[in-house]
Amino acid sequence: MNFLKIYALGLRHIYLISNSLPRIIDLIYWPTVQIFLWGFISKFFTVGSTYYTDAVGIILTAAILYDFLFRASISYNIMFLEEIWSRNFTNLFIAPIKISEIITALTITAILRTLIGLLPAAALAIPLFGVSIFKLGVPLVFLLLALYIFGVSLGLLVTSGLIRFGPSFENIAWASLFFLAPLGCIYYPIEILPEVLQVVAKALPLVHIFEEMRNILINNTIDWFQIIKSISIAIIYFILGVIVFYMSYFGARIRGTLINMGE
Amino acid sequence: MFIQVKNLTKTFNNNPAVSDISFDIKKNQTVGLLGPNGCGKTTSIGMMLGLIKPSGGEIIIDNKNLNKEKRDGILSKINFASPYIELPKKLTVKQNLEIYGRLYSVKNLSERINELSNELDLKQFLKKKTGELSSGQKNRVSLAKSLINKPEILFLDEPTASLDPDVGDYIRGYIQSYKLKNQVTILLASHNMNEVERLCDNIIMMKKGKIIDRGTCAQIIKKHGRSNLEETFLKLARG
Repeated sequence: MNFLKIYALGLRHIYLISNSLPRIIDLIYWPTVQIFLWGFISKFFTVGSTYYTDAVGIILTAAILYDFLFRASISYNIMFLEEIWSRNFTNLFIAPIKISEIITALTITAILRTLIGLLPAAALAIPLFGVSIFKLGVPLVFLLLALYIFGVSLGLLVTSGLIRFGPSFENIAWASLFFLAPLGCIYYPIEILPEVLQVVAKALPLVHIFEEMRNILINNTIDWFQIIKSISIAIIYFILGVIVFYMSYFGARIRGTLINMGE
Repeated sequence: MFIQVKNLTKTFNNNPAVSDISFDIKKNQTVGLLGPNGCGKTTSIGMMLGLIKPSGGEIIIDNKNLNKEKRDGILSKINFASPYIELPKKLTVKQNLEIYGRLYSVKNLSERINELSNELDLKQFLKKKTGELSSGQKNRVSLAKSLINKPEILFLDEPTASLDPDVGDYIRGYIQSYKLKNQVTILLASHNMNEVERLCDNIIMMKKGKIIDRGTCAQIIKKHGRSNLEETFLKLARG
């Protein structure tokens, strides 16, 4: 691994963001809209639901964490799509860089894009709704880590699809997280799901992350086993994502799609 | 031989795109790869760039087998320019050159960018976004990117396609003068026969994935009893 090359790949996206005010605004805009939307919805629920009456802000905290996952994954996909849209894909793949360097650069740069979006939104939620995700304490760092690893894993799987199927896979990139949202038990406990789906949901790190978030906010206790489990599952998905990415890359070399990508 | 292509074959879904081609290129030679659309030129270049995995055969560059050695070691000596691929439009020209300079681990990068900016007359738009440039300017930037690492092997895919005659002539002149000053082996795919006659030491004619003739321009023109390369190309492409 050559960290100067990883830095160069990251720099390409930092330049892209810093050259364009609309891009920065776009990064901040959507998480902020989410905060407003879910802020009002959670206000309504805290009045109407006994489940949430003792823990104002659970839904909003869940929304912020879910948005973190969403941004991590979408950032990853967007950075890859930028190369396709700008028809720079071939230039990149003929440069003397390893696939592992491309994955590392995208993974590291995605956190920057994600934080640009998340931090203003999380800060806004404090004065507007009196909700702070920082109330989760130290476990917040680990929950965010699990979400980030899983978000990047989804990004890897989607970019693998882009390499395999070309730009036509773009719509899946946008829709990927919405498929998982119902199973992730983001806004409700796992018991709400039918039993069969509960088994599937437990194979995702999301359930463990959001169950633990609710546990901390409602019961004021920390279940470290649940947190470790969520990170471990996320890492398994990450490894799977890396394997699929490599397979797609080698498949694309056989099919010859790397040379025409973006056209 | 600097580049050796041995029995190279590529099949897509049982359709042969390149069928058992072999050729050698000596160091510092410029070789033209000619042929009608769909004859396998781009697929051949794609295989030599490591973007396409051959179905059979070998590509040996500077005694290293492209499919067996570490890819990035060989690619650091190579570069490629084509009007069909672009640099990120939202980045300035300087930022793009800086990114690619870093990816190719270019030493004294600022100096190299300055050098290429002077040679290719890029100075006045170094701070402009690449997407705002004219086709001719973009072409010069693309050429600068392809020379950023002082490549030992340069693949050029129709470098003057869609350019006006003046800019086309400028690019051809620049490639000629660059070659005089630098050690570089060039494989040029082109449909512009004047360009090929002006730049190439040898040519390889392809048709339907196969090599149908090879030699110097003069040899091939003479062999087919035509007065110029354009007429020879038409005879071979239609024959």
